[in-house]
Amino acid sequence: MKMIFGRPLGLTETLQRYCPGCGHGIVHRIIGELLVKLDIRERTIGIAPVGCSVFADEYFNCDMIQPPHGRGPAIATGLKRTRPECIVFSYQGDGDLAAMGTAEIIHAAARSENITVIFINNAIFGMTGGQMAPTTLPGMKSTTSVKGRDIGKQGFPIKVCEMLASLDGPYYLERCAVDTPRNVIRTEKALKTAFANQISNKGFSMVEILSMCPTGWGQTPVQAKKWLGEVMAEYYPLGVFRDLSKEEK
Amino acid sequence: MAEKKLMYGNHAMVEGVIAAGCRFFAGYPITPQNEIPELMSIRMNEIGGVFVQTESEISAINMLFGAAAAGKRAMTSSSSPGISLMQEGISYIAGADIPVLVVNVVRGGPGLGNIAPSQSDYYQATRGGGHGDYFTITLAPNSAQDLYEFPRLAFELAEKYRNPALILADGLLGQMMEPVEFSSKPIDPKSLPEKEWALCGCKGRERRVVRSYDLKAGKLEVLNLRRAEKYAKIINKEQRFKTEYCDDADLVIVAYGTCSRVSDAAVKMARDKGFKVGLLRLITLWPFPMDVLGDMAKKVDNFLVVEMSNGQMIDDVKLATECRSRIYFHGRPGGGVPTPPEIYKRIEEVLGGAR
Repeated sequence: MKMIFGRPLGLTETLQRYCPGCGHGIVHRIIGELLVKLDIRERTIGIAPVGCSVFADEYFNCDMIQPPHGRGPAIATGLKRTRPECIVFSYQGDGDLAAMGTAEIIHAAARSENITVIFINNAIFGMTGGQMAPTTLPGMKSTTSVKGRDIGKQGFPIKVCEMLASLDGPYYLERCAVDTPRNVIRTEKALKTAFANQISNKGFSMVEILSMCPTGWGQTPVQAKKWLGEVMAEYYPLGVFRDLSKEEK
Repeated sequence: MAEKKLMYGNHAMVEGVIAAGCRFFAGYPITPQNEIPELMSIRMNEIGGVFVQTESEISAINMLFGAAAAGKRAMTSSSSPGISLMQEGISYIAGADIPVLVVNVVRGGPGLGNIAPSQSDYYQATRGGGHGDYFTITLAPNSAQDLYEFPRLAFELAEKYRNPALILADGLLGQMMEPVEFSSKPIDPKSLPEKEWALCGCKGRERRVVRSYDLKAGKLEVLNLRRAEKYAKIINKEQRFKTEYCDDADLVIVAYGTCSRVSDAAVKMARDKGFKVGLLRLITLWPFPMDVLGDMAKKVDNFLVVEMSNGQMIDDVKLATECRSRIYFHGRPGGGVPTPPEIYKRIEEVLGGAR
C-alpha cells in the first residue's frame, strides 16, 4: 500500500497535547512541512514559548530550546548571531510575545534580527486556564474579566503587527488566520516567505496567526472558527503590514 | 617576558574575556562597569566577535542563554541592579546546565543605591540568586591582573561542570588602574572543542533539546538530585583561596575582593606592631572555602571578617568554623570602603595587649 498522507519529518512522533479545535496543531503541521520543503530541518533551531505550546520542544523534529516566558527573541538573537548558518525560529503565544516579552520582540524587530517569529494570537491565556491576554478583545469574557474586558479598567488590546509596522526594522510582517482552508493556505504561504527571508538574510520576519482556543473561549470548535472569522478578524484585520521585498523590486 | 600594560580593571577584564576565547558579549550600560561594554563594542568588532547592546539586562542574559546553548563562550557584565534583573535568566540557564559567564561589578544597594564599590551582593551571588535549587560558581578577583585572568578560569569551570559562573568584582576594582601582565597565550575560539550538547542543527545526529523544565511526575526531583551531586563535586574540588601569615596567627582576617587588598595592608601594619595577624583571602565564594576555615578554627582563636556590607559572608565563616572561634566583624555598607588604619584599629581592639 502506498502512503499518500502522513506526519511530516519536521514533526516528531510525540502525541500533541492540544485541545480539540485548537489552532496550534495546524500551525505546527505547516512549520513541520516547511522544515522539510525548504530543506532546513537539519540546520534549524526552534524556540518554544511558555504557554500551551511549551511542549513544542517535543513536537518539532529539530534542535529546540525552551526559554523564560517572553524571551524567545533574545534567545534567538544569541543563537542566530553565533550560528548564522542556522535557521532560527521563535514560536510564541500572546502572553509570551505581547505581554511578558514586549520589550524583546520590539527590539529584535527594531534591530531587524535575521530570525523568523511565529506569533499565535488566540486572544486568551490557554495554559493557565483562560485568563485575559493582552490581545483579549474589548468586552470579551475571560476568567480575569468575567463580565467582559472593561477597557476603562483593563485597557485596550495590543495590535502587534500594527505596532511593529511603526518600526523601520522589520522586513516582513503579516497577519493570517487558521480558521478556514483558504486562510490555512495563506498562512502556509506567509510562513514560507518568513523562513525564505531568513534563508536569504533579509532580516526580521514575523507572521501573526489568529488561532482558535475553543476551551479558553468557552465555545465548540465549530463556534470558535466562526467567531474568529466574524469577530476576531474584524478587530485584527488580516493582511501584509510590511514587505520590503516589494520595495526592492 | 610577557607584555605588561597599565590598565583599568574593567579594560583588563575585556582583554581577559577575549583571551579566554569568548566572542559573544551582550549587555546594557550601567555604572560602574560601562568601560566593559564600551571597549567590548570596539574589540569585538576588531576580532569578528559579536557585541549586542541590549534593551535590558533581561534581554542580555537571554541572548547569553542562546549563544551559550549554541555551544559558544558568551559573557555579559553588569552591576547590581542589572544583575537582579538577570536572575530569572540565570535560573533558567542553571536549570538547563549551560555554561555562561556573568560579571557583576558590584555597587551599593539596595534599590538604585549608589555607584560606589560594594560587596552587598554576596548573598545573591552565593545562594543561586534566582528561584529554584541551584548555585553559581563565583570568583572574587582583587586586582586588575585577576580581572584579566579570571574569565578564563571562569569559562573552564563553567564548561567543566556545565554551570553558570559569576565574577564578583566591585566598582573600585573596575575603575582602578594597575599593571597587567598578559601572562597566558590567548585561546583561539576555533580550537575549543564542540560541545556534545550544543544546538547547531541536527544534521547527522539526533535532535537536541535545551530546557530547564520537566513536568513528568518525579522527573524534576531526579534532575535536581543529579545536580546536587554536581554541586557536591564542585564543593569538594574547587575551593580556592590564598593564605598569608596564617601559621602562627592569633587572629586571621577573612576577606575577598577589595577588602582583601585593604586587609593585606592592615595585616602588614599589625605585624609591624608585633600582632600575630594573618589573612585568608577567598578566591571562590561559591564553593566557599569552608575546609580551610574549618581547619584553621582548630587553632586560630579569632577571626575578623571584613566586608563592604552589613555582613553577609560572615554567615559562611560561622558555618565553616562551626563558631568554634570568636568571630568579629568590620563592615562598611552602602558604598563605604574600609581603610587599613580602620581595620588595624579593630585588630588592636580584639587582640588588645596580646602582642
